[in-house]
Amino acid sequence: MDMKTLYLTVPLAPLAGAIIAGLFGRAIGRVGAHTVTIAGVAIAFLASILIFQDVLAGNTFNGPVYTWLTSGDLRLEIGFLIDPLTAVMMLVVTFVSLCVHVYTIGYMADDPGYQRFFSYIALFTFAMLMLVMSNNFLQLFFGWEAVGLVSYLLIGFWYTRESAIYANLKAFLVNRVGDLGFLLGIGLIWVHFGTLDYAEVFQKAPQLAERTISLIQGYPWALMTVICILLFIGAMGKSAQFPLHVWLPDSMEGPTPISALIHAATMVTAGIFMVARMSPLFELSDTALSFVLVIGAITALFMGFLGMVQNDIKRVVAYSTLSQLGYMTVALGVSAYSVAIFHLMTHAFFKALLFLAAGSVIIGMHHDQDIRNMGGLRKYMPITWITLLIGSLALIGTPGLSGFFSKDSIILATYASDLWGSGFAAFAVTAGVFVTAFYSFRMYFLVFHGPERFRHAHDTHDHEADKNGDAHGHHHGGHAAPHESPWVVTVPLILLAIPSIYAGWAYIEPMLFGDFFGSAIVVNHAAHPAMQSLAEQFHGAGAMVLHGLVSLPFWLAVAGVATAWYLYMVRRDLPEKIRRKAGILYTILERKYGFDDFNDWFFAGGARLVGGRLWRWGDVFAIDGVLVNGTARAVGRLAAVVRSLQTGYIYHYAFAMIIGVALLITWFVD
Amino acid sequence: MLEGIGILSLTIWVPIVAGLLLLALGGDDRRADGIRALALIGAVLGFLVAIPLWTGFDKTTHAMQFVERMAWVPAFNIHYHLGVDGISMPFVLLNSFTTVLVVLAGWVVIREKVAQYMAAFLIQSGLLNGVFAALDGVLFYIFFEAMLIPLYLIIGVWGGPNRVYAAIKFFLYTLLGSLLMLVAVLYLYFESGGSFDILAWHRVPLTLAAQLLLFVAFFFAFAVKVPMWPVHTWLPDAHTEAPTGGSVVLAAITLKVGAYGFLRFVLPIVPDASHELAWLMVALSLVAIVYIGLVALVQADMKRLIAYSSIAHMGFVTLGFFIFNPLGIEGGLVQMISHGFVSGALFLCVGVMYDRLHSRQIADYGGVVNTMPKFAAFMMLFAMANAGLPGTSGFIGEFMVILGTMQVSFWWALAAGLTLIFGAAYTLWMYKRVIFGPVANPQVAALKDIDGREFLILALLAVCVLALGVYPLPLTEVMHASVNHLLEHVAHSKLSY
Repeated sequence: MDMKTLYLTVPLAPLAGAIIAGLFGRAIGRVGAHTVTIAGVAIAFLASILIFQDVLAGNTFNGPVYTWLTSGDLRLEIGFLIDPLTAVMMLVVTFVSLCVHVYTIGYMADDPGYQRFFSYIALFTFAMLMLVMSNNFLQLFFGWEAVGLVSYLLIGFWYTRESAIYANLKAFLVNRVGDLGFLLGIGLIWVHFGTLDYAEVFQKAPQLAERTISLIQGYPWALMTVICILLFIGAMGKSAQFPLHVWLPDSMEGPTPISALIHAATMVTAGIFMVARMSPLFELSDTALSFVLVIGAITALFMGFLGMVQNDIKRVVAYSTLSQLGYMTVALGVSAYSVAIFHLMTHAFFKALLFLAAGSVIIGMHHDQDIRNMGGLRKYMPITWITLLIGSLALIGTPGLSGFFSKDSIILATYASDLWGSGFAAFAVTAGVFVTAFYSFRMYFLVFHGPERFRHAHDTHDHEADKNGDAHGHHHGGHAAPHESPWVVTVPLILLAIPSIYAGWAYIEPMLFGDFFGSAIVVNHAAHPAMQSLAEQFHGAGAMVLHGLVSLPFWLAVAGVATAWYLYMVRRDLPEKIRRKAGILYTILERKYGFDDFNDWFFAGGARLVGGRLWRWGDVFAIDGVLVNGTARAVGRLAAVVRSLQTGYIYHYAFAMIIGVALLITWFVD
Repeated sequence: MLEGIGILSLTIWVPIVAGLLLLALGGDDRRADGIRALALIGAVLGFLVAIPLWTGFDKTTHAMQFVERMAWVPAFNIHYHLGVDGISMPFVLLNSFTTVLVVLAGWVVIREKVAQYMAAFLIQSGLLNGVFAALDGVLFYIFFEAMLIPLYLIIGVWGGPNRVYAAIKFFLYTLLGSLLMLVAVLYLYFESGGSFDILAWHRVPLTLAAQLLLFVAFFFAFAVKVPMWPVHTWLPDAHTEAPTGGSVVLAAITLKVGAYGFLRFVLPIVPDASHELAWLMVALSLVAIVYIGLVALVQADMKRLIAYSSIAHMGFVTLGFFIFNPLGIEGGLVQMISHGFVSGALFLCVGVMYDRLHSRQIADYGGVVNTMPKFAAFMMLFAMANAGLPGTSGFIGEFMVILGTMQVSFWWALAAGLTLIFGAAYTLWMYKRVIFGPVANPQVAALKDIDGREFLILALLAVCVLALGVYPLPLTEVMHASVNHLLEHVAHSKLSY
């Protein structure tokens, strides 16, 4: 089998699984559906390993598969670019996807939409792979929109829930706002580069670095700045950066496996991947990089704050995801692209782990997601407990675990940058460490330690539910103790816990400081020295751990954990008091800074209002009422006048005839 | 005997003869089954005779192919002159294909005057093929006017309660444009020294003043058909009152006639006026995309919503034509074909629900997916295609036109790009309210999923939408030679002759 066939196998195997499970789900049954999709993804995973080894051996590939469309000078192809950056993404995507597929067998066991779900997540894997393997902007956009589609379908998977179908529409539309920027960026690239092929664009980019365009007469802007900012707007939608972040928390309405796969590990990192892929362009515009940096910093810190007040276990993890995506974006902004990808990878492992563990808790709690109703679960769910603890420790940057290496590298790189906005970013990512540690361990203590609140909670829960006549979710026994999940759930947790522990120290040296990425990532070291200064400070993974133990972020993390421990283990009365004292501040956090309210009122309401006005005043009143029906009335009146000419008297007609003949004669004699 | 008749003549006359045969046989609805079978045979035959147009098409030339020419009224130099190029050929196929679908769509729903109903569609199909194939001005004019008669009847006889208003409005709008076009055709006849040959008109030198007047005359004839803002208000009424099949043909084919007219008449005959007034056409197109997109959002009637969505999508077509680059024109043409599939499919989807619940109001539905999952899956695909999702046909045309527009102006491209948001908003919001959610009422609870016939129709369209979306190259390849030739022609001023 030659390599090109192998490349094709990677996306097509999951696609085949998706099609079979989707179209013939009823015929092949549940077992058939999960077998065929898991087989597809497993094949893709194994092929990705082979390709990764091939890439490590120095073989890269860039070539077309087929020509999609030609028009004028434009030639659009579907093709693959296989280089180290792609290879890493392929491994991450297929590995996490495989874990999620297996996990789903347990999580969705009772769901009537079982086959449909497997079909969707396999389809997602296909789309995501097409996105990361693309060698041109068109296919990138294809994958970009296709993952958005599957995300839409999966957020609304439980389509009878009003909140779910509100959330999926919102997610799609907010992403479309980003996509508009993305598409315009692609359009500008086509106009100025004359191609949409990565390699050709990157090759021509330095020659166009000085070109300016006047979008507004008299105000020339650097072409690269405009292009990069437009592309990044696309990334802001997909990777949920402020202010297009609003869809991600709501996306938690979808089943937990997809929160892990799509809304934590893979799809939301597509924006990060894209900017890293476009590093040859972003390196040419300091303005764009500053923009990226500031947006990332705002997201990293302010979304973290929101995580501190959430009571839904999935929403805590969701805001944590937003914040971590902000960290990655900051890394992109300081030209530490490889660090961003490194954090993307470690984050994919520990965040998927956190989501799947949260899902396991939700199963154990009989589909109650409120962390105030939990407590003391470590006795009942030991595997979930240990793995979630590992994930949390990795997330907050415990020295030695994977998150430490990637996150500390981001913080160090930010300090080393002298870009406009880097001061604020450095503050944001440092303060963010405390926030991350606090919300992570607030959740951890509330779920696994302290008194067992679920017995009492379930009493009231059942009672209320019965009153409402809601027969959902607690037939499994409201009074029964939580239970550990089946092996199909716990095995993926363990599988993900392993790289959450070791992926940091094992890969930091080759990925950040070796020549792993080669020419896939371009950095102008003279202008953006962050990576170089990082390399100078790096003396091996072990030294980094030792140094980490005496550095500020570590102690901030410790402080965060300690605060959470004090507030939620020692003085449990304090949070309520703080909440009352904080007043307006707390309300702001609880209202999520008011973004949702504003968007609903201004954009959704505004569009409906304007649309309604245009319709009533424009179409119904002006065009139909005045012009069309007015014309009809005028014709009617004219007809009345003409009718009065038909008097019935012969002499009238004769008179008219004479005049007519006279006129005709005049006309022709002339 | 058939050797004497060209393929294009067959595509025109096979459906018309089949239609006339139905009229001769029909009248008695007790024999409806036989009538239906005969109509289907006629429609399928009409499609089969059109297939050689695709398989035998020479992609390397811009010249007219499958040409037939014989004297018709020698006294006035009128010819029965047919021929297709890369611009018109796809529409003959699309039309013949759509006819099969509408015959199937009316299979059980139409119970009264079955023969007349089927005949109207078959005859209309032949006339529409005539419009796309005619190369003689008078012949074109006759087909162009005659095609309205079956549609007028379809709306007026088998339409909804407000059908008379809709039919008259439709007629009034069309009348003005038609008269002006007749004047233009006669003017060109004299200017060209007594020729009705459309291709000869392309080469007739004209002053700018004459070009501007001709532009206005053709504009009214074609802009109403497209329809462009602000002469669009007949379309929502016509769609809401028309029976499903009528809406499908109207959206899929009839609207394309107007856009086709711009390419066959306006651009090549009055190139200087086209350049001169391009700003106006672009402005009207962008208004259609943005204004109509917002108006579509607030519609409570599904057919009306899709009708407005059609206007917005056709805005991309006229936008593409008047930016004068290959991406724009080919994008516009692709958009026309895709819109034929997608809007036709969406009207069929509404028809499927209307047949069951006899309501087009969004508010009367909710949770249809619970009782009609197969149908919901199809409609999801078509809704996404309508929202321009890559991988479906709906994406290609919009993408090409936006890229083409970007070459001219960033802000125009931005305005056109708003459809990414609006198109998704009105389509998916409707989908959410109709299809998703808990079962809204007992009527929805009693819905039956699509049967084999409906499945076949929707599946055929789904295949078209996906195939074109994944592999549009064959379609655009057909257009290249003709479009490039057209652009070369339009780039040359007629004033310097």
